[in-house]
Amino acid sequence: MTGKNDVAVLGVGMHPWGKWGRNFVEYGIAAAEAALDDAGIAWTDVQFVSGADTMRNGYPGYVSGATFAQALGWTGCRVASSYAACASGATAMEAARTRILAGLCDVALVVGADTTPKGFLAPNAGDRPDDPDWLRFRLGGITNPTYFALYARRRVDLHGATDTDFAKVKVKNARHGLANPYARYRKETSVEEVLASPMVADPLRLLEICATSDGGAAVVLCSLEYARRHTTNPVRVAAISTVTPAYPNTIIEMPNLATDSSAVAAIPERPFKASIAHAAYEEAGIGPDELSLAEVYDLSCALELDWYEDLGLCKAGEAEKLLNDGDTTLGGRIPVNTSGGLACFGEAVPAQAIAQVCEVTWQLRGQASGRQVEGAKAGITANQGLFGHGSSVLLVR
Amino acid sequence: MTTRTRVHALGAEGWFTLDGEPALIGSRCTSCGTFLFPKRSGWCANPRCRGAEFVDAPLSRRGKIWSYTDAQYQPPPPFVVPGESFEPFAIAAVELADEGLVILGQVVPGVGVDQLKVGDEVEVTVGTLFSDDEHDYQIWRWQPVTSEGASS
Repeated sequence: MTGKNDVAVLGVGMHPWGKWGRNFVEYGIAAAEAALDDAGIAWTDVQFVSGADTMRNGYPGYVSGATFAQALGWTGCRVASSYAACASGATAMEAARTRILAGLCDVALVVGADTTPKGFLAPNAGDRPDDPDWLRFRLGGITNPTYFALYARRRVDLHGATDTDFAKVKVKNARHGLANPYARYRKETSVEEVLASPMVADPLRLLEICATSDGGAAVVLCSLEYARRHTTNPVRVAAISTVTPAYPNTIIEMPNLATDSSAVAAIPERPFKASIAHAAYEEAGIGPDELSLAEVYDLSCALELDWYEDLGLCKAGEAEKLLNDGDTTLGGRIPVNTSGGLACFGEAVPAQAIAQVCEVTWQLRGQASGRQVEGAKAGITANQGLFGHGSSVLLVR
Repeated sequence: MTTRTRVHALGAEGWFTLDGEPALIGSRCTSCGTFLFPKRSGWCANPRCRGAEFVDAPLSRRGKIWSYTDAQYQPPPPFVVPGESFEPFAIAAVELADEGLVILGQVVPGVGVDQLKVGDEVEVTVGTLFSDDEHDYQIWRWQPVTSEGASS
């Protein structure tokens, strides 16, 4: 069944993830050209370029839509640039989708790419005591893994998660990513090897926290009518959720030093992360039981387990069981991170939400060679950008 | 002997008491009564309140650990390493029941994650984050409350 707000994914493309050290524009253009070829259209056919921004590459990164359009050759097409941290790609896809659904264009190109420094992601230089992202590093030495570890510790102390459970997520994703030509790390690992890696932020170890990577991803989105002229049975976007938290958000979120207060306002029915997927399910009219696969933001191995529950793949406190039963492994009931996830990619911030959509698209077309979920009909992506950006895309075929 | 002045760390001016009993200081909205930390001016965070006036609100000195971790690798700047070399430290997110807030902070030096549990009671202290020739930059930290009571 086709929803009235569906748009088609006409083409997808990626540049391999790695630590290439080249200009981010190069990765974005390689991904864009691959997506245009996959769509079977020319660059000059594109009516709107929606860029996902990078904050680490100067002005061209802040105006990524124009940067990519100029690199491909000015055509007079409209551009927009979105920044929503890790959710930037979803916001950029949403800009393209709404423009298509409004009838203002038929076909749009969405691109995100990044070149990242080694090590911890850190705030931009200079004293900025009114910026929460600066304050948390200065006042507490509070890094991104600090937050991942706080959530992981909750799983240990409240749900009885073990070090082995977290390591098993890494082992699973490493195996999934072996056949993915775009993954940066394509090597099997073992629970023993993961547990032997150094502790970074207790209880999380180095091999359980995603690296930072260079990479690029692109999708061509178009109206269903435009798609019919180019292909039969395209993958469709049934929902894009870009919701923000509802007050009071009582889960401590990156980069904040404190939560909202629940002193005078009732705590929302769903925590923020659960509300991200809920909005996608509502919009698509599809529930978690109908999914064939999910791509989730495994910034840490423990965070992948949180997503199982937030996506409704299992009840609260049952994620470790879902993992250990093999349900989220390829061949299981609901494979998660068939691409290998961030465990195999490392994070290229503005490209990541788009890369998730590339993977689900290949799965729904039956083109995920060596990691195919047989008969995949529907898949969801889930991700969250700091400063309150939700990101979830539900795709069907 | 050098004499240095104790001052709030840059960005945390007015966020906690420097003298007397240690306490975090948040804001309280005079319209809806909600609490905010860090201190706030301008407008209320509650979407159903249009309040724009706040009073300083000393927060509960004790709370329960919501979660905790540590920093075993040296964080990048603007973190400043106090002293000669980096020493790992624990971090806790602490729930203040009366205010309905969870507040992050370092745990006092010498207390590691093996001495912490979700739900444990801690209390706020104030100590030196790092120093330069003229200043000891102060910050709040969480300290476990032993069964004998506070040890600060």
